[in-house]
Amino acid sequence: MAKKRGRVLTGKRFMLGNYAVVEGALAAGCDFFAGYPITPANEISERMAARMPEVGGKFLQGEDELCSIYAVTGASLAGAKAMTATASAGFNYMLEGIGYAVAAELPLVIVDVQRCRGENYATQSDVMQMRWAASGDYEIIVLAPSTVQELFDHMIKAFNLAEKYRTPVIVMSETTIALMRENLVIPDEKDIEIINRTKPTVPPHEFVPFKADPDAAPPLPDLGTGYRILHSLNPHNEHGGISWDPDVFETMYDRVIGKITRNRDDIVETEEHFLDDARIVLVTYGSESRPALDAVNQARKEGIKVGLLRLITVWPVPEKEIRAVAEKVSVILTVEMNIGKYAGEVERVSDGRCEAVRVTKNRGEIHTPGEILAEIKEVAR
Amino acid sequence: MNKNPLTKYLRKGSLPHFFCPGCGAAQVMNYFLQAADKVALDFDKLVAVGGVGCTARIPVYLHVDALHGVHGRTLPWATGMKLHNPDLKVVIFAGDGDAAAIGGNHLIQAARRNLDVVMIVVNNLNYAMTGGQVAPTTPQNLRTMTTPYGNVEPPFDVCRLVITAGATFVSRWSTSRSRQGTNAIVKALQHKGFSLVEFVAQCPTNFGRRALRTGDPWKGIQWIEDNSVTRDEAKKLSDEELAGKFVLGDFVDYQRPVFNGSSVFIEETVEGEGK
Repeated sequence: MAKKRGRVLTGKRFMLGNYAVVEGALAAGCDFFAGYPITPANEISERMAARMPEVGGKFLQGEDELCSIYAVTGASLAGAKAMTATASAGFNYMLEGIGYAVAAELPLVIVDVQRCRGENYATQSDVMQMRWAASGDYEIIVLAPSTVQELFDHMIKAFNLAEKYRTPVIVMSETTIALMRENLVIPDEKDIEIINRTKPTVPPHEFVPFKADPDAAPPLPDLGTGYRILHSLNPHNEHGGISWDPDVFETMYDRVIGKITRNRDDIVETEEHFLDDARIVLVTYGSESRPALDAVNQARKEGIKVGLLRLITVWPVPEKEIRAVAEKVSVILTVEMNIGKYAGEVERVSDGRCEAVRVTKNRGEIHTPGEILAEIKEVAR
Repeated sequence: MNKNPLTKYLRKGSLPHFFCPGCGAAQVMNYFLQAADKVALDFDKLVAVGGVGCTARIPVYLHVDALHGVHGRTLPWATGMKLHNPDLKVVIFAGDGDAAAIGGNHLIQAARRNLDVVMIVVNNLNYAMTGGQVAPTTPQNLRTMTTPYGNVEPPFDVCRLVITAGATFVSRWSTSRSRQGTNAIVKALQHKGFSLVEFVAQCPTNFGRRALRTGDPWKGIQWIEDNSVTRDEAKKLSDEELAGKFVLGDFVDYQRPVFNGSSVFIEETVEGEGK
């Protein structure tokens, strides 16, 4: 007979990427999951269906992605650490709810296991959809794990960022890592840093629900605790009242956007390889950084001074880090698995400081190290 | 001047409301507050949920925790909050478009699950906020802004729909039956499980002027009354005689387990460490 497993499965594991997402979420304190079946994200839902009831959380299989994302927003308002998981086509539907979650400032996590055109082809084609496709103006945090270990780690990071900034955070998974089994080390529960949303410290009659510094999120009381707050998508003033005043509109969006942009240095994370003496640098993210690093190591053996900047945070753009590279090198190669999307951001930020080359692949398969090495050699000539 | 005793339940500074003179949704807000007052509802534990539309504005005026502003997703919101905190009392205010068109799938799924919420549907038979377009509840042959030659589509009966799907308390009244309607909300608030109360409501500005060719609220109310029969009267009528009629009354009231999530731990059936 089965018995309930604990929340944090400390120890060394050999685990599927999608399962690592679940274990990372649980380690982060997630206690609500809603999702709709879609390949290649199904293993997340399936494991959540088993794990949530074990730890006293709730699992919902929604009637569609809209139900899933809005159930997550409702649960979040009620005080849950809530998440959903989907794949590209399902992410399309969830955009509506992400727009609400941004405007109403709701902490939640969305995992998008990217696929393309209804098939499980490997791709990074959602990188722009994640940033821009919901209605209304906004900033959003997107993390790009590249290993099964990072799928676990980034779930904790995502929940912490969501709680800290009262905002949806997207974990940009990919078919490549989601359906891969790798070594995973799950730390002791006491070694995991957990950030929880702030709650009001004043009684309801003194609390102004949407008042905060221009770079901060206001405290968020749980529904049903007497604060009686209106959570509207519509532009709202500090008291939550719907307003058609352009000043209110501007002030609200300035803070909702500003709490991300003004904390870029706290949010952004990158990883550097051989940047000290590099003349050529690869900028890449997600699973593409794996063959890219292989290619860099091989090129180094062959005497080419090449380095790599891996973007762990894809949005907001690590502008300082990319600019610093562009100042020093002669060529940046942006390596990604799509028609060349993020390359435009790299070109914008590098702004002519160096040559910018696109190394893109849109064939439903990841780059091989050889393909990237050939591109390095081409620019090194 | 005496203040309406129900104004104590309204959010300070939220008035004046934006309902047109003679609007049925405003009456239903009144009925809800009377019912809430009667059952001494704890407004600290109440969450009022509105999507988009005229009726969806009701939560904006209530001094409670409220969600507002996304079309059709009231029930998913409610599902998330009720699963996480079953002690919350959730009341949804939805127009016919919010409930039965864009939110139609959520409606039947929530009824099937027996989600423990109250859903008050103000059915004004058209899309009123957007200017009077045809809705899935618009009676046949009537003209709207998007059916200039008359509506050719047969309408939904929202109550029959949710009864079939599994709702455990379902009632329909017109706005002119204030006592019955208020009592139905009282029963819904006291019911454990998915409760839906539909009000057939006049919309003088859009449905009235376009479909009925009159912007007079009273004439709209009279037209609904002329086309209404009670549940008991309806039993004596043939299908042909019932065509186009609004049947009023309490239809179902029974108990079955309420929704507590799609996966609930049962020791014997859980797979072990395999995964």
